[in-house]
Amino acid sequence: MGCGTSVATESQAKQSEKELTYKFFYSITQRADESLKASSPALAMKAAVLIQRWYRRYMARIEIRRRYTWSIFQSIEYAGEQDQLQLSSFFTFMLDNFTHLGGASPDLISQFLDPTSDPMKEEGRAAKYEKIEVPDSYPGPRLSFPLTVAHTNALLRAFKQQQQHLHARYVLQLLHETKKFLKKLPNIIHLSTSYTKEITICGDLHGKLDDLLLIFYKNGLPSTENPYVFNGDFVDRGKSSVEILIILFAFLLLYPNDMHLNRGNHEDHIMNLRYGFTKEVMQKYRSHGREILLLLQDVFSLLPLATIIDNKVLIVHGGVSDMTDLDYLASIERHKFKSALRPPRMSIDSCQDKGRRKTKGQLPTQSSGGHRSISTRYSSNHLMKPSSGASSPSSSSSSLSSSIPESRRMSDVQEKDTSTTSNGQHPLHHRSISPAGILEVPFLDSDVTITPKVPSWEEMEWKQIVDLLWSDPKNQNGCSPNSFRGGGCYFGPDVTLTLLKKYRLKMLIRSHECKQEGYELCHDGQVITIFSASNYYEEGSNRGAYIKLGPDLVPRFFQYQVSKFTRRMTLQQRVSVAEGSALKSLREKLYAHRSELIAAFKQYDTYNTGTVSTSDWASAVESVLRLDLPEDAMPRLVRLAPNGSVEYLSCFEDLHMEQPIKEVTPSLVETLYRYRTDLEIIFNMIDKDHSGLISIEEFHQTWRLFSSHLHIHVDNAAIDDLARSIDFNKDGSIDFNEFLEAFRVVHKLDSKEKH
Amino acid sequence: MAEEKESAEAMISEIHKQITDAFDVFDHEFNKTVDVREVGTIIRSLSCCPSEGELHDLLAEIEEEEPTGYIRFEKFLPTMTKVLMERRYRPIPEDVLLQAFEVLDQEKKGHLEPEELTKYMSEEGEPFTQEEMEEMLSAAVDPDKNVILYKDYVGMMTVEDN
Repeated sequence: MGCGTSVATESQAKQSEKELTYKFFYSITQRADESLKASSPALAMKAAVLIQRWYRRYMARIEIRRRYTWSIFQSIEYAGEQDQLQLSSFFTFMLDNFTHLGGASPDLISQFLDPTSDPMKEEGRAAKYEKIEVPDSYPGPRLSFPLTVAHTNALLRAFKQQQQHLHARYVLQLLHETKKFLKKLPNIIHLSTSYTKEITICGDLHGKLDDLLLIFYKNGLPSTENPYVFNGDFVDRGKSSVEILIILFAFLLLYPNDMHLNRGNHEDHIMNLRYGFTKEVMQKYRSHGREILLLLQDVFSLLPLATIIDNKVLIVHGGVSDMTDLDYLASIERHKFKSALRPPRMSIDSCQDKGRRKTKGQLPTQSSGGHRSISTRYSSNHLMKPSSGASSPSSSSSSLSSSIPESRRMSDVQEKDTSTTSNGQHPLHHRSISPAGILEVPFLDSDVTITPKVPSWEEMEWKQIVDLLWSDPKNQNGCSPNSFRGGGCYFGPDVTLTLLKKYRLKMLIRSHECKQEGYELCHDGQVITIFSASNYYEEGSNRGAYIKLGPDLVPRFFQYQVSKFTRRMTLQQRVSVAEGSALKSLREKLYAHRSELIAAFKQYDTYNTGTVSTSDWASAVESVLRLDLPEDAMPRLVRLAPNGSVEYLSCFEDLHMEQPIKEVTPSLVETLYRYRTDLEIIFNMIDKDHSGLISIEEFHQTWRLFSSHLHIHVDNAAIDDLARSIDFNKDGSIDFNEFLEAFRVVHKLDSKEKH
Repeated sequence: MAEEKESAEAMISEIHKQITDAFDVFDHEFNKTVDVREVGTIIRSLSCCPSEGELHDLLAEIEEEEPTGYIRFEKFLPTMTKVLMERRYRPIPEDVLLQAFEVLDQEKKGHLEPEELTKYMSEEGEPFTQEEMEEMLSAAVDPDKNVILYKDYVGMMTVEDN
């Protein structure tokens, strides 16, 4: 076949492209000696098309990998967030039962869960902080009030070098001043872009100082010419939450009219217990950490709830609901709501009464909880597939009445007691207020009937705040309870439209959700999500972004990505890193549920071959973990037999525990591994002097409480054995860090996974 | 005959599953539609390697008479099933790819200058966007010699791809 005719004609589409290609290049190689210079620009063009075709397909495959990696991260994240619901209700449970705790001191726990206001007056506090001594050898920044630019510069300089912490005295003083300042602010801040000022709006930072510094580098420091709004979630997850708060608060005091902070759902001490901020504070401030945390509770609760620019742009952290009432919100005493996870507590005394009234030991034997399948397969937003129960658009968003559809509760009861199930999807939904005004937690009281109550005004206030801080937008119309998060709503385009019209607003800017590009528009451009923590899940997982808004109120987006590496990584490399990390998390999750998974696999493996089909494997994993795994992930997690079936035990081979704890049953070890984060939190609460040690009795007690709350039946003797075997130096106390080390898993393929 | 029919059916059902899975990745609203701009990615994820022109033709088959910006699964499935059954747009084997690079390397240097490749990719055939070009160069250019050693590049890419 001659080269000339077949190549020149473009209309070869009908014939097999590949056939042509082969013939084409065959003819070239046949004439390898001839110089190709003279021939065909057409030849070059053909070659170019081939390469481009191939390359575009290659990029498409990377894109697919990126998406499923993303969905793995998201579904694990949201599964984690549901865990914290359980934790929150556990704290409630502990508070309600603290009279029965025995060893653990009640005031400690109540201090953590429900701090009564310090009888010491504010001025007394200031004097107290003044007395804290700062050694001459302290090399860090020294603050004095009122703050000046020199102070903020010093802080930025010190933190950039990373090792320098601000001395506890200055932290306390800073927080004290911030609290005083915030008290004067309304719940909703009104701003204006007058005088052609552009306002910069940033989203979640989550303790990632590098991102904040990058924003300041690109966009300039806050000043009267350069106003900023930070839309919540400054803390948790990242390792520099303290530094971020210090910087933000310092600028807040320095430029009170040009620096604005909204409260996010992570500005909440219960969330902080779970997601790392509490730990960070305790680690960085051994002596004063507790005091700092208590003061922070006040500060967080005093952060404004919303900001409105030019009466046209509403900025809140999470979103809105069909019940959102801005006027009502403006009237609430926001400082009462220390945590958005629980309504304001009544006095401790009334709780004590309730504790005694409740039937002891009558924990329901079946878990009344469970969450439906998190079918996030491939979805880049975590919308749930419409399935059993509550995602009907008209379902009531007045989530406080305990009117749970009968069908859903039934399905909940049937589900096995897996790691996050015990306390129901919606502790918020299950609650009602008894005549005495005490919050009941029905699922812990088998003898309390649930009657729908008219929500009290306090609950209504609480709901307004929760909706603002926790809601997510969805694409379908309507407003439904946000079961992923366990609080707030999913709000549809109609809800947005109604709200914007009602208050004559132009758009809603919110954060709360990580987006690959750092920002995302939805609801026809009326809702913008802005997220400022780049590489949130892993190096390369996503960009961060911020918005600049001028008097025209047309948003301009600026993206960035912090990178550890000086040489720019290719997309392929970034995706590989993120993918590796996602798979690692998945493997750990599989490991944490080993016995249940093996039981599930065995059910499919009728002939005991050690293998199951790929679809059976996927179904088993989904039923135990509530995660919909993408097919492509499978070969990376398990070994496939030559006939294509899955050797199901192979997915546990990669991992092993660092230190085997002798004389303890494997299933107990597994259970402890699964709950290690929760145990750590509780341990931190009990360890008053931050020594890292608790007594065996305290450990025992912790475990007893926790396991009874989760309805896990563990032999007391087994716990005794465990405690004793952990007490490595046999002195009657357990070093909890050593304990945790024992449960650290090592990925065998760690080194091989570096792409 | 019955066996053949059975295996043909099995193959079709396997193909249907693949197509459905790929489609679902991009079905953000769970209503069996995807944005038309993502169809290229979906098709390519199904081991197809069409050119832009072929993609365009394929879209014409799949789109509604009045383009809505969305592609419905009901139209996507039969078309793609046919494509996969006929093994259209098969991926390009490594040796053919290498030859394509060799064609561009008119002086037979064994490598390409970044400018050369850029010129071809951005001006010839179905030109790259600037972003595509930058991304390709970032992976293809040898940082020390500042040229594209295409033999190594092709080898590396095809390994990673598998």
